[in-house]
Amino acid sequence: MPKHGAWLACIVQSRGTSTKNENPTMDRRTFVKGASLATLGAGLLPLLKSLPVQAASNRPLVVALGASINSLDIHRSGTNRTSYQIAVNCYDRLVSFGTKTLADGSVSYDYNTLVPELATEWETAEDGLSITFHLRQDATFWDGKPVTAHDVKWSFDRAVSVGGFPTMQMKAGSLEKPEQFEALDDHTFRIHLLHPSKLTRPDLATPVPIVINSVAAKAEATEADPWATEFLHRTALGSGAFKVQRWDVGQQLVYERNDDWKCGPLPALQRVVIRELPSTSTRRALIERGDVNISFDIPNKDARELEAGGKLKVVSTPIENCLFVLATNLDFEPFKDKRVRQAIAYAVPYADIFRNAAYERGLPMWGAQSAKPTEAVWPQPFPYATDLDKAKALLAETDYKDGFEVPLSFDLGQADWAEPTALLIQQNLQRIGIRTTLNKVPGANWRTVALVEKKLPLHLENFGGWLNTPDYYFYWAYLKGNLFNSSNYENAEIRQLVEETLYMEQDDPQYRPKILRMIEIAMDDVPRIPLWQPSVNVAMRPEVQGYQYWFHRQLDIRPLTLEGRQG
Amino acid sequence: MRVSNKLKLVLLRLLQAVPALFGIVLVSFLLTRALPGDPAVYFAGPMADEQSIAEIRQQMGLDRPLPLQFFSYIGDLLQGELGQSISTGQPVLTELASRLPASLELTLFALLLSLLVALPLGILAATRPNSWVDHLCRVVVTAGVSLPTFFTGLLLLYIFYFLLGWAPSPMGRLDFAYLPPETVTGSFVIDALLAGDPETARAAFAQLLLPAITLGLFTLAPIARMTRAALIQVLEGEFIRTARAAGLARRKVLYRYGLRNAILPVITTLGMVFSFALGANVLVEKVFAWPGIGSFAVEALVVSDYAAVQGFVLCMAVLFVLLNLLIDVIYTLVDPRVRMES
Repeated sequence: MPKHGAWLACIVQSRGTSTKNENPTMDRRTFVKGASLATLGAGLLPLLKSLPVQAASNRPLVVALGASINSLDIHRSGTNRTSYQIAVNCYDRLVSFGTKTLADGSVSYDYNTLVPELATEWETAEDGLSITFHLRQDATFWDGKPVTAHDVKWSFDRAVSVGGFPTMQMKAGSLEKPEQFEALDDHTFRIHLLHPSKLTRPDLATPVPIVINSVAAKAEATEADPWATEFLHRTALGSGAFKVQRWDVGQQLVYERNDDWKCGPLPALQRVVIRELPSTSTRRALIERGDVNISFDIPNKDARELEAGGKLKVVSTPIENCLFVLATNLDFEPFKDKRVRQAIAYAVPYADIFRNAAYERGLPMWGAQSAKPTEAVWPQPFPYATDLDKAKALLAETDYKDGFEVPLSFDLGQADWAEPTALLIQQNLQRIGIRTTLNKVPGANWRTVALVEKKLPLHLENFGGWLNTPDYYFYWAYLKGNLFNSSNYENAEIRQLVEETLYMEQDDPQYRPKILRMIEIAMDDVPRIPLWQPSVNVAMRPEVQGYQYWFHRQLDIRPLTLEGRQG
Repeated sequence: MRVSNKLKLVLLRLLQAVPALFGIVLVSFLLTRALPGDPAVYFAGPMADEQSIAEIRQQMGLDRPLPLQFFSYIGDLLQGELGQSISTGQPVLTELASRLPASLELTLFALLLSLLVALPLGILAATRPNSWVDHLCRVVVTAGVSLPTFFTGLLLLYIFYFLLGWAPSPMGRLDFAYLPPETVTGSFVIDALLAGDPETARAAFAQLLLPAITLGLFTLAPIARMTRAALIQVLEGEFIRTARAAGLARRKVLYRYGLRNAILPVITTLGMVFSFALGANVLVEKVFAWPGIGSFAVEALVVSDYAAVQGFVLCMAVLFVLLNLLIDVIYTLVDPRVRMES
């Protein structure tokens, strides 16, 4: 069975490094006996609860996850979002982002600082058309082979060649063809740029440009499969902080620490178990009982209730560069009139939605005082608030004063927030004479009709960009023809502003005024009506420390620690 | 009837199943194609452009005309190739091979539990109509049918795991601390016992108990009802009156003559309940994170994962055929009146 094959492969992988732990099976077993006895005892006798359960280093951290990991290879087509965590935890990139402490005391990655990962330093050529990276001399892959610039070259070539998502993400950083990548020697790597772009360096810190063990991978490549996608799909070949010890598809993934990791401080945890648990109720029971340490990406409702319960740590971080919006489609006749779109923007019951769908997680995006933005930040509140009289007055100026009928669509896969939101919007639109019918689109169909064919007249959309600049969001969501512009919106001035600012450095004096203008047009034209900025919610037992929010919305397990006592 | 004769009949029955299976293959192929949604777009991922979607469509062979797709599917089938599930990234055969035993273990154990309760309950209710046992039977049956399984599941979980802490954490077939035993039968409990590892067997059994009771409560109802109804009918028969009149012991009348005749419809019901429960226990699987075949099929359906859906339907069809055959064979063993016609 392939299952056993994967298990064997893991053992082979770990042979090089782990000599202390010759029989992981027995080790785990004995450990767990102790742990389960202790938990049992603690359950029966409350007095025992304060006793130390196990030495902290021995205890695995258990994470409950609602979604399933379907591949170990982020470059493969069909690999889902949940699987990106393998790229984060098992592979190294040239660079990573630094961290910062947010207002609520939680820690987030910091888009504005790049820190070394595989590369210790890097410099941009004077003409600005190439970046040279100096790689760490001592980094090795799990099999002991040193990480060289040739591995970086092969991995980057792969990312721009396999097509689909990784190729698109590389392209966002203007990394488009293999000729751009050059290994000068074993530890020097150069990227030749098609043109200077502020997005290139941050793009290198996204989960996509990982460095794969090219020698081991090439040994598995075939003529039909030159990039070893079949092999890397099932086996990770990295140099990262954690190895995949075990992967039972649809059930669990077990990470084991790579004790020889050189690209950052050695993680405190030796083993992390990711359990896939589809039912939200079950996940909630498990975290409340303390059988899992972290429940990642929980619904807004659970986040609020668990926080109110006071026994768990709940962190909700607004997702950068992401908005939940009500999108109007300009192919639909009434929405061609700007006043109709503005009327809808005045009819949306923002506060009710924020209370009943967002459970007050995330940030409000309505009620700005001025129609002229003063800060070049995105997202920011739009100058609309619920005002039915204003909405009616605006609508009365148009050809649609008697209202019209329109289906309001949402993705069934997003029903937890989209359904209550849609119902509340439906109610208020009814009050200004716009009759809506709810159209629930199954997940598989959503992308096709909403984003590719772009034929939904009125719908709820939730795009967020990994690269955190306003121009990047506008590139995807406000230029006609681009995937997330499901509104078919086109504005010549915005197009020009996006083209001018997309590669421009953010400290360029021209940048700020152009972004302000861009946002001003978007506020006035409102093809997309922002509802709120969503958050990613995590519930943790008190013993878990070190959680960081990352733009990729996956759990970075490297900085996590477990305290020795159970609370 | 001689053994070779019986074998011939079994083979004949299997042969008769071939056209049915072909029909199922065809229908499942057409139905999956009729599903809304474009899998190529879905699997091209969030940032895909037209070109990469086209590449994926070609990779998946979805750009070819339907009849051609069908013939290559049949060709693959004949080689024992079920294709690759795109949502889980695994070959469908591997998925089914790992998930079917999980579903079978859960369903069979649940059936065993419900038989242990339903048969005595049905018999008691039938022999004492309108007594308190009969009323109890009615209550249990109504509750079993009307309570949705996800509700019973969550309720049991809340009481026995969350409040009392008696049940282990509902995280699938085995706590992450244990390694699954080597596969012999596919049932973790039995395999662990065979491997001489009572501790793992106990852990696996503990995981199995709550989901099995949940499912058992649901399957119990039709079995108890059928036992009661069939037994009442048989007990009213003239041969029973004769036996009683002849002074045979009450116990002998009930078990040798009554029950043996009443058991046939119960077996039929059992077969139906079994095959139904196997595919339909998605909700139980979800609540207890049981890696079974039902949740796999539903997830595949949601994302238009053609190969996975077809593989599931085919697998269930084969199971149905085998199950019906098994029931027919059991019939001939239980009831000498039933003979297979050639």
